[in-house]
Amino acid sequence: MTRSLREALNSGKFVVTSEIGPPKGTNIEKMLHHIDLLKDKVDGLNVTDHQSSVMRFPSLGGCLFIKERGGEPILQMTCRDRNRLALQAELLLAHTRGIRNVLCLTGDAVPVGDHKEAKGVFDLDSVQLLRAIRLLESGKDLGGNNLDGAVDFCAGAIVTPEAQPIEPQLIKFAKKVEAGAEFFQTQAIYDLDNFAKFMRYARQFPVKVLAGIVLLVSPRMAKYMNDNVPGIFVPQNLIDELSSVPKEEALKKGIEIAGRMIAALRRDSLCDGVHIMAIGREEVVPDILAAAGLLPQEGKKEG
Amino acid sequence: MKSITRQKPFAEVQQLLEELDRAFIIGCGTCATMTRTGGKDEVLEMKERLQELGKVITGWTVVPTACDEMTEVALRENGAALRDAGCILVMACALGVHRVGIYVDRPVIPALDTLFIGVEDGPGHFHEVCAQCGQCVVGETAGLCPIALCHKGLVNGPCGGTNNGKCEVDPEKDCAWTLIYQRLAKQGRLDLMRKYYPPRNFQVVPRPRGVKLVSQETQL
Repeated sequence: MTRSLREALNSGKFVVTSEIGPPKGTNIEKMLHHIDLLKDKVDGLNVTDHQSSVMRFPSLGGCLFIKERGGEPILQMTCRDRNRLALQAELLLAHTRGIRNVLCLTGDAVPVGDHKEAKGVFDLDSVQLLRAIRLLESGKDLGGNNLDGAVDFCAGAIVTPEAQPIEPQLIKFAKKVEAGAEFFQTQAIYDLDNFAKFMRYARQFPVKVLAGIVLLVSPRMAKYMNDNVPGIFVPQNLIDELSSVPKEEALKKGIEIAGRMIAALRRDSLCDGVHIMAIGREEVVPDILAAAGLLPQEGKKEG
Repeated sequence: MKSITRQKPFAEVQQLLEELDRAFIIGCGTCATMTRTGGKDEVLEMKERLQELGKVITGWTVVPTACDEMTEVALRENGAALRDAGCILVMACALGVHRVGIYVDRPVIPALDTLFIGVEDGPGHFHEVCAQCGQCVVGETAGLCPIALCHKGLVNGPCGGTNNGKCEVDPEKDCAWTLIYQRLAKQGRLDLMRKYYPPRNFQVVPRPRGVKLVSQETQL
């Protein structure tokens, strides 16, 4: 993929990003396979940053591999593990290695992860990190010092359209835009009517919104997310639909549901694109794209 | 304001006293009495448990407020028993432990862990309302401190982990920013939540923290 994410976002086409979960350990084979599988099918690939506060291979490391292999990396940066010195330093490094997209997140709390006794840093928050990027672009650091060489990033953020109550999230969304967010990848959405309502609010702002699509793999997973993941609400009709097929076909059904949702979002121009999260099932992302009608027809590929 | 403490697991107290067979026990009549961690009842219970282990308790006392200077007087009154002890087991918060350590040359062993400075909401219910960050923000957060009440100490609004007004780390805990939002909305002051707050200053008073009051004459 030679086009930058920013170019894709500004092209008016329906943008597709997806994400790579880095390994817990040094065996990077699977990650590299996923990168090679997806890099030419999407406009950008996120690499998660110790997702759910579980220690893994770093986001920046994954992004370097994506870059090396010709993909368009989106560096996920949380504020949980690094103070403002470390965050800025990593942005400098990322820039020199050709990484041009950063997704700014506050980060999950430490106790939800696998190093429960670690210190949560949160020296900055997501809004402050966005501002820090814009400041580094101006040639200054957070200490007020001049940089010898500035950065340049397409900066993004996240939003949870199904959070309850929603108003505080909308206020923060506006704050992130003001801080310099150019694009948003949302938390998983399943209720398109609710999402349309959110988009009526979001459309007031000069930002691109990519709807979060989390692949459902079983009715159990859907119920688990409803009970345990803040801001995710899988409606009963989708759980019923997943239950309506034999167990071994649930994944296929989940792919169909994801494809159908993406196609609907695109058909109704509800948002500017989608961010597909196939947590642990990255190999089926092409199937989701195919189900959404977003892959070129088989056999025409060489052209 | 109360210093909220919790008793150390008894095994830990036992381990701290491993080489120390003769102890004098000091409780505190203020915070540790209120939290039932170092009042008279707890001191006597500790005394019995240690005696069961074969420790010699040379004496005990519950001083009115362990952290203040009157503790010196109370210790002097118990001079003989203190001198007879190989260590002092302090059932007060860390401030009390510190105070006792100023006056005695014996090892001072804490029996409690100091958790936070908090308030009592109802009988037996304590929670933190101030993290003593040195730069009070509650004038713009409806009197509720996000540094103390938000798990991540966020100043620019809620994170994505908030769920129906609860926190991602514990569904029993309220999301500080939902509470702040509700209060600001009621006060018609939501603009304060729309405002950007820059990164916090963690060096208001660099650690180790201390201040010295300066008299007016010196200031002039």
